[in-house]
Amino acid sequence: MAKMTVEFDRCKGCGLCTTACPKGIVKLQQEKLNKKGYYTAVCIDEEKCIGCAFCAMMCPDCAITIGGGDGK
Amino acid sequence: MSELTLMKGNEALAEAAIRAGCKCFFGYPITPQTEISAYLSKRMPKVGGVFLQAESEVAAINMVYGCAGSGIRCMTSSSSPGISLKTEGISYIAGADLPCVIINVQRGGPGLGGIQPSQADYWQVTRALGHGDFHVLVFAPSTVQEMADTVQKAFDLADKYRMPAVILADGLLGQMMEPVAFDEDAEIKMSDASNKPWAATGHKNQRKHNIINSLYLQAEELEEKIRNRFERYEQVKANETMAECYKTEDAEIVVAAYGSTARLAKSAVELARKEGIKAGVFRPITLWPYPVNELNEACKNAKKVLVTEMSMGQMVDDVKLALNCRIPVEFVGRTGGVIPSPAEILNKIKEMGGDK
Amino acid sequence: MPEFKRPHALCDVPLHYCPGCTHGIVHRLVAEVIDEMGIEGDTIGVCPVGCSVMAYDYFNCDMLEASHGRSPAVATGIKRANPDKFVFTYQGDGDLAAIGTAETVHAATRGENITVIFINNTTYGMTGGQMAPTTIPGQITQTTPYGRNINVEGFPVKVCEMLSQLDGVALAERVTVIDPKSIMNAKKAIRKGFEFQKNKQGFSIIEVLSTCPTNWGKTPIEAIQRLKDEMIPYYPLGVFKEGAVR
Repeated sequence: MAKMTVEFDRCKGCGLCTTACPKGIVKLQQEKLNKKGYYTAVCIDEEKCIGCAFCAMMCPDCAITIGGGDGK
Repeated sequence: MSELTLMKGNEALAEAAIRAGCKCFFGYPITPQTEISAYLSKRMPKVGGVFLQAESEVAAINMVYGCAGSGIRCMTSSSSPGISLKTEGISYIAGADLPCVIINVQRGGPGLGGIQPSQADYWQVTRALGHGDFHVLVFAPSTVQEMADTVQKAFDLADKYRMPAVILADGLLGQMMEPVAFDEDAEIKMSDASNKPWAATGHKNQRKHNIINSLYLQAEELEEKIRNRFERYEQVKANETMAECYKTEDAEIVVAAYGSTARLAKSAVELARKEGIKAGVFRPITLWPYPVNELNEACKNAKKVLVTEMSMGQMVDDVKLALNCRIPVEFVGRTGGVIPSPAEILNKIKEMGGDK
Repeated sequence: MPEFKRPHALCDVPLHYCPGCTHGIVHRLVAEVIDEMGIEGDTIGVCPVGCSVMAYDYFNCDMLEASHGRSPAVATGIKRANPDKFVFTYQGDGDLAAIGTAETVHAATRGENITVIFINNTTYGMTGGQMAPTTIPGQITQTTPYGRNINVEGFPVKVCEMLSQLDGVALAERVTVIDPKSIMNAKKAIRKGFEFQKNKQGFSIIEVLSTCPTNWGKTPIEAIQRLKDEMIPYYPLGVFKEGAVR
């Protein structure tokens, strides 16, 4: 299992990452605004993440990192 | 060690640049300075330097910006209309605190004007060589030898104060041939960026990245940058003025003139002296900073000052400012490329009461 | 499984661009190529006037800020004095294809060994969305409120097509960054440009079709769609010229 991490305050909520995820598990959360005033991207089902990094590639703010290995 | 060679002023400037370690020259053809480009296109490849003919004066000055930003001594040259095109780049160079040398072999203006010698760019070079609050060093040689000597000085002071230096010549000086001496034993060594830690040379993973820039969106930050620059200008004013005084010790009429006009002024003063008129010549060599103290010293016995220029009267403003209107200042000049004769200057000296 | 993180050549600072603006993607691709080639310490970048004016704060290599349109001349000055350094410019469409046309064409035809990253988003972004030299016929901008009229404003400049006619050009390629596949392709093109430069084989330009959601009045996702629907048909992707010129 890979781990997608979004740098909370750097995300501008543009949503481009949500279009890139082949598993459809990247969404914009609607609960908490960051300090810039955006609802940020989150991975809603980490179990399904295959670590393809498409979301990170699509991010114009370099706010997404993908954790390496299995984390094990 | 130094043999006299007969050279055109433009060629002397070019050779002197190489000897000052100018590694790159970026030019664009325009009369009456094209010999500089022609000379350097021959010489530069032989000494490991770079000659490049740009697509415009605008491009040439921006090549200078890039090259100077990487810490390398470089130069461009042009004549009046071309200098106008360069002013954008010069403003950026000044705003980024970069050293370089720019040569203006002046011709008549405005517009396309003419191709004969002129001094009508004095206001431009001392007041507004681009937008914004800044100065450039301005040197005004009056002989071919001095053209050559000034180039080294211009590069050294440009580096020392991190600002552009302009050599303000004119078509007469650029085209005339005179004997000139270079130190034949001196080694020709192209400059590098080794003593310029601020330069964009590639950080080699050994320091933070350097940024060459003139943009400061915070007004207070921009103001501080400008104030710091003007503090540096005060040092330049205090330490770097240059002038020549010729027979001013007892002069009752001082003729102030620069560049090739100063040569005519000297001839006129010689004629005046033959007629018993106590006249002398004050010749500023730096036009910015203006040699204010030197002028006042030269005028200590003067009753009147005559300014002569190949323009409608531009430096005359600086003379009045420098003298603080203590002494009456008059003007005689020709414009549009017409060279005044010593007799015209002499007549004015007489008219001013110098024959009484 | 490989990690994905910010390349070292991209400074660890927030970017000032609008949400969804693709400048950030292109910045990262250039930085990734610099990292992968191991050339950060020998690279000097030149940034333009436009939205990416402050790119000097984003790239970790030495940077110069040029006046509007003059980046290729500035890059020429750096490169001629330092032929062994890597020099790239990063320019928008107004900068490169309007005010800087002469500098662009002549750096290209001289075969300057520099790499030009050209962002084409069909508008002047920073000044608020005026007509650019690449604005498509019919496109509404702040200064073409009725749509670009070819009888009044004329036609757009197709930069890659134009430059591909010049002998000094080693690479003229148009790419985009609208999905992971096109992003990977864009990165390959940028890498090619830097490789041509490394081998002193001529001028390289990578035109990146980009979005400007703010000035197009679209959401970032709608902007990507507009790029696909309107820009790519007018500005076809692909290689227009490739091959060492010396």
